[in-house]
Amino acid sequence: MGKILVNENEIVVPGQELAEGMDYLPGDDVYREKDHLYATKIGIIKLSGRLVKLLPLTGSYMPRRGDNVIGKVVNVGLGGWRLDIGWMFEANLSVKDASSEFIERNADLSKFFNYGDWIVAEIINVTSPRYVDITVKGPGLRKLGPGRIIHVSPSKVPRIIGKQGSMITMIKDSTGCKITVGQNGMAWIHGEDPEKEIIAVKAIEKIQAESHIPGLTDRIKEFLERGQ
Amino acid sequence: MTSIIKQHLLSTLEKGFRLDGRKTDEYRTVTVEYGISSKSAEGSAKATIGNTQVIAGVKMEVGKPYSDKPNEGTIMVNAELLPLSNPDFESGPPGIESIELSRVIDRAIREGHAIDFKKLCIKEGEQMWTVIIDIYPINDDGNLFDAGALAAMAAIKDAKFPKVEADKVVYGELTNKKLPVEALPMSCTLIKIGNHIIVDPTIDEWNSSDARLTMGILEDGTLCSLQKGGDMPLTIEEVDEMVSIATKKTKELRKVLK
Amino acid sequence: MAYTKRVDGRKIDEMRPMEAKVGVVDRATGSAMFKIGKTIAVAAVYGPRDLYPAHLQNPSRGVLRCNYNMMAFSGSGDRVRPGPSRRSKEISLVTEKALLPSLDLSAYPGGVIDVYVELIQTDAGTRCAGITAAAMALADAGIPMKELVSAVAVGRVGGTIVLDLNKEEEDYEGHATDIATAFTTRSGQVTLLQMDGPVTKEELKKALELAREGCQKIKELQVKAIKEKYGTKNGGEE
Repeated sequence: MGKILVNENEIVVPGQELAEGMDYLPGDDVYREKDHLYATKIGIIKLSGRLVKLLPLTGSYMPRRGDNVIGKVVNVGLGGWRLDIGWMFEANLSVKDASSEFIERNADLSKFFNYGDWIVAEIINVTSPRYVDITVKGPGLRKLGPGRIIHVSPSKVPRIIGKQGSMITMIKDSTGCKITVGQNGMAWIHGEDPEKEIIAVKAIEKIQAESHIPGLTDRIKEFLERGQ
Repeated sequence: MTSIIKQHLLSTLEKGFRLDGRKTDEYRTVTVEYGISSKSAEGSAKATIGNTQVIAGVKMEVGKPYSDKPNEGTIMVNAELLPLSNPDFESGPPGIESIELSRVIDRAIREGHAIDFKKLCIKEGEQMWTVIIDIYPINDDGNLFDAGALAAMAAIKDAKFPKVEADKVVYGELTNKKLPVEALPMSCTLIKIGNHIIVDPTIDEWNSSDARLTMGILEDGTLCSLQKGGDMPLTIEEVDEMVSIATKKTKELRKVLK
Repeated sequence: MAYTKRVDGRKIDEMRPMEAKVGVVDRATGSAMFKIGKTIAVAAVYGPRDLYPAHLQNPSRGVLRCNYNMMAFSGSGDRVRPGPSRRSKEISLVTEKALLPSLDLSAYPGGVIDVYVELIQTDAGTRCAGITAAAMALADAGIPMKELVSAVAVGRVGGTIVLDLNKEEEDYEGHATDIATAFTTRSGQVTLLQMDGPVTKEELKKALELAREGCQKIKELQVKAIKEKYGTKNGGEE
């Protein structure tokens, strides 16, 4: 016994009833009260068997192990660095996770990463909200060179990147820009041609605005072709 | 060590572009809306420059003139950097950035004689009007100096004298008499990043600037106020170039106000 | 004589014209504007972010910090001197209490969600307009909420219980009773309740029921404003 009260892909708001009856189970960002399921965020409903999932269209970044993030060095200490990754607490980068080179004790760590440097890192551990550990040892992880940093909605990052990177690769190929997108909603873009770089930025904005409307990939492809 | 953002801004400027595609002497879209708090304020307006939004309102109070200026009223300008408008602004009493913004906007209005203080006199030696302009950013995407000054001038243009009965102001009842505006000083801010001079900075450009110059300019091209900011110096030639650009730009800005 | 004809011609249970918009402050995590009659409130949410000083932190959940402020020119008479007053501090407190029951801050221990409410123009019902705007801003920021909150003032004017008083009614004959309320919109529970003035037990119950109905109408507007920002014109359906 149970009834779904909303359509798939319908935009729901906090407190909106999604289903009634004990047949359905609450996924992330959905809660049950008595035998009703309700949304806790603005988002879109996806049904997975009996699981009612909410894909939020909003929200700040919540750190998760394995995520690639872009952050800024805000503290240089004796044993490592601390980075602002757009979370309430700073992430920790220890000396041992900074480089494959041997770094001496008492070395001046600012020679490796200094205040204000932007870095692509991977989250290796989230012990608690306060303790997020990151590493720069790994493929694609590095200190970033000159480029612009833009903020995107963390909930839209999967669409910006696309299945196996297909969307972001399409943008990179079409505009000739280097682009790195962090799961934390920070993206770094460097284009040799400033006008093409602006097209890349606009394409990313368009993905965010239209992510829930079907046919996105084709529209972005057309947008990129028109821009040339 | 220069940040990667500033380095990128500089190399993009070398190629003749800004990050949003504007030319170095181009403003973002500028709009003005009058009377946005017309029930409460004697005059009010909202100004937007790109995504930067600022609201200003005018309240008029009666009081005793200063003893050395018995036949004049006065103005007071107060700008508050609301934490609502920018994640880097903190709650609390006005910091030095608020104070500088208030005083720079005040200077252009006062020294540009936008209002004739003698026309604010009600009774010589006894009663005069104080015109108080309060300025609040709603969204800070750079260049609060120009957006704030524009909102302030628009609020002044929108203002009418309130009714006075038995020496007390009857707020909520406006007369038909507009606050007489004698001149329209307009504000234009330019910044220097590396060797490049650009007008109307966005928040990223503002945060990367080495020096800035805010100019108050009148309709006939006379300068009425200047404020240099930033850690680096400007050459006389750079100041001269900025003034030339600002003179042209303020003419365009004044059209939005009229 | 009983007050049956309202000063602006509205019915007893009729609210003033309202407007709502979500996403008005680009730089904020979430934001909204709410206008009711001539009262205009803007709310912006920043966070979750670090909370200083550390002794204010709550180790088990995020802290909600509300800041209510009137723009100096927004009052109905004299200029309001800038800076927090005792009145604005109290309103900040009750705003926090009005929103907290609807929020789930368990994901943010040690952090803070900052809510800033600014009044651009006032014509009674200011704290309620602020709370209504803040609830939309919190949803826009993606803070988990069990339900939305909306707020409206009710009162006894000239002996009659009416919904959504304007300033004239608040000041009516010197003895109108003004009751500020906020309700969670799904479970219909009271999260803000403040009153100035006399009222009987029966009148209060009637007033609260009237307020709850008003809040449901406000909620419809909040939902519409949210869907306007996040959906396509038809509300986001395919």
